[in-house]
Amino acid sequence: MNVHEYQAKQLFADAGVAVPSGTVAQSVDQIDQALSSFSSDQAVVVKAQIHAGGRGKGTFTNGFKGGVHVVTNLEEAKDKAQNMLGNILVTKQTGEEGKEVGTVYFTEASDIDKEFYLAILMDRATSKPIIIASTEGGVDIEEVAENTPDKIFKVLIDPALGIRPYQARQIAFALGLSGESFKQCVKLVSKLYAFFWSKDCSQVEVNPLVLTPTGDVLALDAKVNFDSNALFRHPDVVSLRDISEEDPKEVEASKFDLNYIALDGNVACMVNGAGLAMATMDIIKHYGGSPANFLDVGGGANEEQVENAFRILVSDDAVKAILVNIFGGIMKCDVIATGIVNAARKLEMKVPLVVRLEGTNVEAGKKILADSGLALEPADSLAEAAEKVVKLAAQS
Amino acid sequence: MSVLVNKDTRLVVQGITGSAGSFHTIQCMEYGTNVVAGVTPGKGGQKFQDSVPVFDTVQEAVDKQGANVAAIYVPPPFAADSILEAIDAEIPLIIAITEGIPVRDMAEVKARLSTSNSRLIGPNCPGIITPGECKIGIMPGYIHKPGKVGIVSRSGTLTYEAVWQITSAGHGQSTCIGIGGDPINGTSHLDAVKLFNEDPETEAIILIGEIGGTAEEEAAAFIKEHVNKPCAAFIAGRTAPPGRRMGHAGAIVSGGKGTAEAKVEALLDAGISVAETPSHMAEALFKVWNP
Repeated sequence: MNVHEYQAKQLFADAGVAVPSGTVAQSVDQIDQALSSFSSDQAVVVKAQIHAGGRGKGTFTNGFKGGVHVVTNLEEAKDKAQNMLGNILVTKQTGEEGKEVGTVYFTEASDIDKEFYLAILMDRATSKPIIIASTEGGVDIEEVAENTPDKIFKVLIDPALGIRPYQARQIAFALGLSGESFKQCVKLVSKLYAFFWSKDCSQVEVNPLVLTPTGDVLALDAKVNFDSNALFRHPDVVSLRDISEEDPKEVEASKFDLNYIALDGNVACMVNGAGLAMATMDIIKHYGGSPANFLDVGGGANEEQVENAFRILVSDDAVKAILVNIFGGIMKCDVIATGIVNAARKLEMKVPLVVRLEGTNVEAGKKILADSGLALEPADSLAEAAEKVVKLAAQS
Repeated sequence: MSVLVNKDTRLVVQGITGSAGSFHTIQCMEYGTNVVAGVTPGKGGQKFQDSVPVFDTVQEAVDKQGANVAAIYVPPPFAADSILEAIDAEIPLIIAITEGIPVRDMAEVKARLSTSNSRLIGPNCPGIITPGECKIGIMPGYIHKPGKVGIVSRSGTLTYEAVWQITSAGHGQSTCIGIGGDPINGTSHLDAVKLFNEDPETEAIILIGEIGGTAEEEAAAFIKEHVNKPCAAFIAGRTAPPGRRMGHAGAIVSGGKGTAEAKVEALLDAGISVAETPSHMAEALFKVWNP
C-alpha cells in the first residue's frame, strides 16, 4: 500500500525523523488557512499530491505546467495551488488519463548544501532489512548503482537485533558528515529504521536527504510502501489509503477477494492461482494477443466470486474476448462450470468466451458447459484455448 | 526413493481444527499420509476424525506421537508464531501452507531458522508430495503418479500443470516441492535442486519460476556447474508490468531486477531446456530426457 508524500512526512515527523514543516489544502478555500503558518515573504514549495512520480515535469490537462513549484511569496503559492487543485495532472507514470489532484502540499523551501540518498527495504537475497545510502542524492539511484556502484553504501540489519548504533554511524560516515550534522544523521537513520520496522514497511525512500548550510540533516522527500500482508496490525496506516489513486476495477475486485490487475490489452482472462494467471497472460501474448488483465480467483473460489469476476472483466470496454483457465484441484471443475454458466446467463455476456477446464471432475464440468446452450468455446489444452481466444478477439 | 517426505513421515498438523486445516488434513489422510497428531491451543485432548489426537502444543505431539514433519494451516497473523513453535520443538521439516504472512514476521523466522536444524518449506505454498506415499498440502493427489521427475515451483496451479503434463505422457514424479510465492521463504529453488540432484531415484528435474528476486538465477548457476540430470524450466511473468505485484507477494519486477528475460537467459546459459509456454513444460523436458 502506498501513501501520499504529505502523509509519509507526517508519519516521519511522528516517528522523530526530521522533515521540513508543511501544511496541506484539499480545496481552494483551505489554501489561505494552509498558508497562514508561513511568513508572507517566505520561499515555499507547492507540491501536487498524487502517488505517481514525475510530478515536477508533469502537465495539467488545463494547460498548467508542473506539479511541483518553488515560489518566493505566498501570493504566488496560492496561485499555483489554485491551478492544481481539482485538476488532472499527467506525468510519465500516470498514463495519458492522468490523476486528479485532491491535495496540495505546502512546505518550507530548504536551502541545500548537499543532497544524499537514503532507503531501507527488505533484501530478498539475505532475508534481512538493508539500508542503502549514497552521496549521490536527488537523482535516479538506479543510474548511480549502474554507473558508479562504489558510491552506493549498504548495511544489512539483523532482524533479531535491530539497528545498532555503529551501523547508523557507518551510514553517517559514508555520507561524509561530521560534528552536529553527523549526530543528526545517526539519529535520523536510527529513527527511520525504527519506523520501517514497527510499521511493517516494505520500503522507505528518502531522495533527497539533505544537508542545509546551517548543518541540519533533513528528509526533503519521503516515499513509503507498506507490506499489505501486515495491514491488519496497522489500522492507522489503513486509514491513510486513498482509493481514488487506485484503479476502480482493482478496488472493486478487492472487495470480493479477487486478485485483479488492469492491463491495456483486449483479451481478458480469469485463472486460479497467481503463477498460472501470469503464465496465462504470457501464453495469450505468445499467440499474438494482448492481455487485458491479471486475475487470480484463488484456490477456493465460489460461484459468487466467479460472477463478480466476470462482471469486472466485462466492465472493461476494451475487452473483446475472455479466456477462462482453471486447473481444478481442490476447486472442482463441475462447480466452476456451474458458476461460469450462471454468471454468463445473469450478465447476458456478449463477448466470446473460451473455457479451458482441467482437473477434478473435468468431464462433468465440460458436460455442464456443453449442455448450457451458451455460445462458449471449450478447449482441451491451454495452448489451444489461447490460440482460440486470440483469434476471437481479433475477429470481434 | 524420494526427497524429504515418504511413507515413514509422521505428520503433525498445526491448525488442524480450522476450516482449511481440517478439510485438507482429511484429504491428506485419504491419500494415505500418516497424520499422527494435530495441534490447536486450547483443544488438547480432542480427537480429530475420531482418530488423530489433538494437542495444545507441538512439543506434546513430538513427545507422545513422534511427529517428525509439521504442516501449518494457521491464519496469517499467528502463522509465524506456529513456525517458531515447530522450530523450538525441533521438528526437522516444517511446511507452511498459509498465505499472507507479513514479511517482517518471515524475516524473524528466517533468522531463527538459521540457528536451528529445521528446514522450512513455504510459506504461501501448495506443500509437498511424494506420489503414492505421502501428500502434505493442498494439491489434488490424483493428478500425480509415482515416477522419476522432481518438480520445484513457486506456484501451485502451475505445478499441477507440469505434473499433469508428465502424468498424461505416461510418466510420474519422484517428489514435487512447492516452495511458495513469498519474497522470503524457507527453501529455495537452489535447495530443492540440490536435494533432487542427490536423490538417486530422481532422473530429471523441472524448475518452475516466476518474476521477482534472483532465486532462479542462483539455481541455474548451480545446475550449470554441478547437475548432470536433464533439466527443464518455465518462467511465468514475461508480460507482467514492472512495479506491480502479480498476486504472489514475491512476484514483482522492481528497479529492473527480477525480470523473466534475465531468468530465462540464465537458465538457457546453464543448458536448461526452457518451455516457451506453460503448455509445453513436459515437452521441454522430453527434449532433453529420454525415459
